[in-house]
Amino acid sequence: MKKPLILLFFLLLPVAASAHRLWFLPAATVLSGEDAWVTFDAAVSNDIFYFNHFPLKTNQIQAISPTGKAVELKNTSEGKHRSTFDLHLEQEGTYKVYVARSGLRARWEDDEGKRHSWPRRGEVPKPGDFEKAVPQKAKNLEVSQTSRRVETFVTAGAPSTDVFKTSGEGLELKPLTHPNDLYAGEEAKFQFLIDGEPAAGAKFTAVPGGMRYRNEQKSIEAKADKKGVVTITWPSAAMYWVEVEYQDSKAKAPATTRSGSYIATLEVLPQ
Amino acid sequence: MLVNTWVKRFIPLGILLVSLTAAVTQAEPDTSSSHSSRLEIEIPKLSVAEYHRPYIAAWVTNNESKAITNLALWYQIDDDRKGEKWLKDLRQWWRKSGRKLDMPVDGFTGATRAVGQHTIALDTLTLKPGSYTLFVEASREVGGREVLQIPFNWPVKKEQTLKAEGASELGDIALTLIPKP
Repeated sequence: MKKPLILLFFLLLPVAASAHRLWFLPAATVLSGEDAWVTFDAAVSNDIFYFNHFPLKTNQIQAISPTGKAVELKNTSEGKHRSTFDLHLEQEGTYKVYVARSGLRARWEDDEGKRHSWPRRGEVPKPGDFEKAVPQKAKNLEVSQTSRRVETFVTAGAPSTDVFKTSGEGLELKPLTHPNDLYAGEEAKFQFLIDGEPAAGAKFTAVPGGMRYRNEQKSIEAKADKKGVVTITWPSAAMYWVEVEYQDSKAKAPATTRSGSYIATLEVLPQ
Repeated sequence: MLVNTWVKRFIPLGILLVSLTAAVTQAEPDTSSSHSSRLEIEIPKLSVAEYHRPYIAAWVTNNESKAITNLALWYQIDDDRKGEKWLKDLRQWWRKSGRKLDMPVDGFTGATRAVGQHTIALDTLTLKPGSYTLFVEASREVGGREVLQIPFNWPVKKEQTLKAEGASELGDIALTLIPKP
């Protein structure tokens, strides 16, 4: 059971400590014709789009159709280094594939000065667990509200926007430029929301795939404006891994800090 | 021609059907007239081991309103509509027009064409007065993709032929515009 526990741990890691990168890799993002299918890979690895570490568990992955209905992942398989699954695009429009988690995390010291943290590795807390597991008057108690979301989008036919409806929980993307309509040399605008409000100052990083064939990360860095909007011009066509990080102290009690991590795989096509 | 290579290689019936389709296409006369507006597209002969006829789209964009007028779309038209899977490889056309259409579309679509000169009659073409760009995009299975552009104004006062030259997937493109009487 070691592997699943580790995977869950990655998802629950506090944002600042997230050394490993999670990602989806769709085989195509723009599709034509009747009866379209897309194969996806899902993995955890620092080398973007190279499977060399851990698979992302498929039972955590969800997909929604252009009309907002849950779509079943087909032919799921978990390998040593990656998971794969297929999506049958039975409707025209944009589909979203994602993994999302949010919740409380706590760190404290006991009377003997020993450090503790909650939840433990692999633990999926249920409502009420926090109150039971965390001593509310412990020394140096730090409670944070964290969220992590990993997404990608694929479109059959004309792009649609229903899947962009946000939940109001954690760090989320509200695209102003459609994520399946990105082209080299063009500007794109994305708004990021934290608990439904603009994530002003969120840190945006985009890394193109294919690192094995170059020496630099070639990452594009940007910062969200007051409205949480990031504006970038894609320098070249590639499959990009996008990571956005946000942190502030506007947390709901009992948390004192809140942080969000958002990851997306976006394909930028040549003109 | 962006048909499934595997099918073509391993199913003799597939080869036969494709060949028949090809023969029929070649026999079709081009409906051109040397006295009316027309678009001539050259599909170049390429010395490649595996050749498939290209998918080709030709359209006109109004430079102001960005409105699209499709002139031609040549792709693999089968009964099972499998050829539509590769329409997205005509990347610009797919973005500007294709993805919004309900395939198959009547009027401007046809089967893929053989190497050589092809003429699209434009005598019935009507556009609002303004500045336009003609786009011709070609995409070939196991081959490349090329897009050519020719800017023009509509209507024309006197006959004119505007040209563009392809470098890889397209040969010479000529747009001849003749004022309507």
